[in-house]
Amino acid sequence: MLEVANIREQCSWIHKDKATATEKAIILGRAAIAKVQLNAPLTAGESPVVKRALVIGGGIAGIQTALDIAEAGFDVDIVEKQPTIGGKMAQIDKTFPTLDCAACILTPKMVECSQNEKVHIYAYSEVEEVKGFVGNFTVKIKKKARYVDENKCTGCGDCTTKCPMKNVPNEFNLGLDTRRAVYIPFAQAVPKVATIDPNYCNMLKNGKCGLCAKVCGAGAIDYKQKDQYIEEQYGAIVVATGYNPIKLDKFEEFGYSLSKDVVTSLELERLMNAAGPTGGTLLRPSDGKHPHTIVFVQCVGSRDTSGCGKPYCSKICCMYTAKHAMLIREKYPDTEVYVFYIDVRTPGKNFDEFYRRAVEQYGVHYIKGMVGKVAPRANGKIMVQASDLLMDEQLHIEADLVVLAAAIEPDKSARPLATMLTASMDTNDFFTEAHPKLRPVESPTAGIFLSGVCQGPKDIPETVSQASAAAAKVIGLLVKDKLTTNPCVAHCNELMCNGCSSCERVCPYGAITYSDKEFRMPDRTTQLRRVASVNPAVCQGCGACTVACPSGAMDLNGFSNSQIMAEVDAICQK
Amino acid sequence: MQGMMIARAKELLQDGTVNRVLGWQAGEFAYDITPAVFETAEELDAGFVYNAFCGNNLSKYLIKETKKDGKVLVFLKPCDTYSFNQLLTEHRFDREKVYAIGIPCEGKTSGEMLKAKGVSGITGIDEDGDSITVHTVYGDQGFNRSDVLEERCLTCKSKKHVAYDELIGEDGEVLDSHRFDMVAKLEAMTPDERFAFWRSQLSKCIRCNACRNVCPACSCEKCVFDNPESGIAQKAAADSFEENMFQIIRAFHVAGRCTDCGECSRA
Repeated sequence: MLEVANIREQCSWIHKDKATATEKAIILGRAAIAKVQLNAPLTAGESPVVKRALVIGGGIAGIQTALDIAEAGFDVDIVEKQPTIGGKMAQIDKTFPTLDCAACILTPKMVECSQNEKVHIYAYSEVEEVKGFVGNFTVKIKKKARYVDENKCTGCGDCTTKCPMKNVPNEFNLGLDTRRAVYIPFAQAVPKVATIDPNYCNMLKNGKCGLCAKVCGAGAIDYKQKDQYIEEQYGAIVVATGYNPIKLDKFEEFGYSLSKDVVTSLELERLMNAAGPTGGTLLRPSDGKHPHTIVFVQCVGSRDTSGCGKPYCSKICCMYTAKHAMLIREKYPDTEVYVFYIDVRTPGKNFDEFYRRAVEQYGVHYIKGMVGKVAPRANGKIMVQASDLLMDEQLHIEADLVVLAAAIEPDKSARPLATMLTASMDTNDFFTEAHPKLRPVESPTAGIFLSGVCQGPKDIPETVSQASAAAAKVIGLLVKDKLTTNPCVAHCNELMCNGCSSCERVCPYGAITYSDKEFRMPDRTTQLRRVASVNPAVCQGCGACTVACPSGAMDLNGFSNSQIMAEVDAICQK
Repeated sequence: MQGMMIARAKELLQDGTVNRVLGWQAGEFAYDITPAVFETAEELDAGFVYNAFCGNNLSKYLIKETKKDGKVLVFLKPCDTYSFNQLLTEHRFDREKVYAIGIPCEGKTSGEMLKAKGVSGITGIDEDGDSITVHTVYGDQGFNRSDVLEERCLTCKSKKHVAYDELIGEDGEVLDSHRFDMVAKLEAMTPDERFAFWRSQLSKCIRCNACRNVCPACSCEKCVFDNPESGIAQKAAADSFEENMFQIIRAFHVAGRCTDCGECSRA
């Protein structure tokens, strides 16, 4: 039996007064002796592992994690709420610091996912319910109705050209152009099947039309399709829910809602993309003319403690703004490009060289200072008022296009998901890692792993490395046949349990369940009673249940109620 | 009221809705009311009473009664319905096996209260609004209800039933009860005064366990005071303070679950 009286960290290191510290050390020793006398042997339990992983989110993080897990020979499912996997990276035009085309490096990975027989993609689906524990999760997945049979649809796109509902904002191009009510988000979508948008489809709304069903050669259209629910078992779950740029309606000074020519950086990606609304020619959204003066504003809502934005640094904006500025100067050398920054942060391999190239080789005007006001003029120009902090002067720039590097925030689906997974989050809704340095891809909740921006802002290279790291952790879990569980877990004395649910309500890990059990009473009758039982694979030994239990039926192995009372007695003893 | 309750109970027994009736009956003396279970119309006629002495909160008895087969009819005063709900949230009985009838209550008195007023030889009691008539072997005596109310009824928190299957009589309102006035007074005390106050209050305890036995929140399968392993089980107290600890531990055990029914003060 072992007990440790920690007189180093808990006593000698923290007290200056030697005499009282010595007294405290003696008391700590006394408490440990009192406890050790009541120690009982601890034995670890075992629980089985389901050899299948779930990845929530099908962006580059989820894709990479899934591919790496599949590579090790385990089945893996991706749940993606959009009709196609790909995530934000599919919308990005070029990637820093190498300037290779995002789609060119992403889409082969998407195809690999669809072709790998170990990977199963649930696109247009959401996680509804998570039960269970590490090695043994049961997840209910809602497969939303596409109104198109995925198995029959060949992705020919006939329906998407014939649909008469033409003015549906195209979310893939961030509303910069339109799509039909039946659509395939982009040419390389995976799975490449059409989806009917029930908010716009006339057939689904009013029962009139049915044109897509007529033109579909495969007979894949099914207006009567319903949401499907699938229940599947998993040994590990990876969260890769990603991010979105924040809404900019609180930042009136930047005039985002006043002018079409004030755009976010992600919108600029689409405006510069060959598959985007302008076919890759950079044109102003308002009048389709070439912009000649472009102003970039960094840190819009990032590092913002005013309450409008986010207190953290979004990390990727400095680099993608440098990328945008460089690409524009390369393609349109007659364009003046200004970048307003608080400071430029370029930690990463070849990142600072990249930024220096934008300034030195491409002649982008980097100005330290924030933009105070963006005001659209009647003549189509946009007045930008800003301060140059290094020159200590006010600037007035007549711009054609203003690009706002909006802060990024975790996807809105992350918080309800965290509740389902009992995984912890920080105040900004980023998932917290088990240890910020030494366990960065694991959630504190056993069996839950983190991949990509859902854990904190990061760029593509970092996301991919974290995705692979999360996969490695998942593989490490799935190769085990059985898990050894923590022996210091709670247990219930069923004879004393009232079945009141107090413990179930305070348990942060969902480790306590109730069932009706038959008990033999002293008078030889049997009685059915509701009693608690603790799942030792889920219990983390926090002890919350032991103090919530009114009858003292709950007790913690290794830290029993009687041991704690004995320690208290030993401390109070004179 | 008693007549209506017996009549309704008989109907429900007759049509098979319930198998048993949980109510009150007189003990050795008329004021000495105890909870009782009735299984037939004859038993109801012979023993069932409901009057100004029937202070007992019946909800706790449901734990035992619902363990038996069939359904039980229970009569609940407004304050009892709060305990009823608390027990329900703690899964202490099966709601399906209970038929609850809410009955009005104008506040209860007790043998002790009347004896303190010099009444003796009590044989019965009648109530009519604010007036209470006590029958004794020496003749009848009339009282104002407010003069003989039990302490807990003086700060009655509610005349409204929060749980029932049916009501006999009208449902009332939640009252502005001033039941936290004493808390305000306690908070205004200095720590020393407060300590002295509690020492004096707790010194009255003779550790008879009656408050625990009657308390609807104290329904543990095995009470910590009966469990030698808890370290606080019933034993001869080493000093007077140890005796006081009983009340303090009990207060913590029912904190958050006490519905202020006042049964402990009655016991």
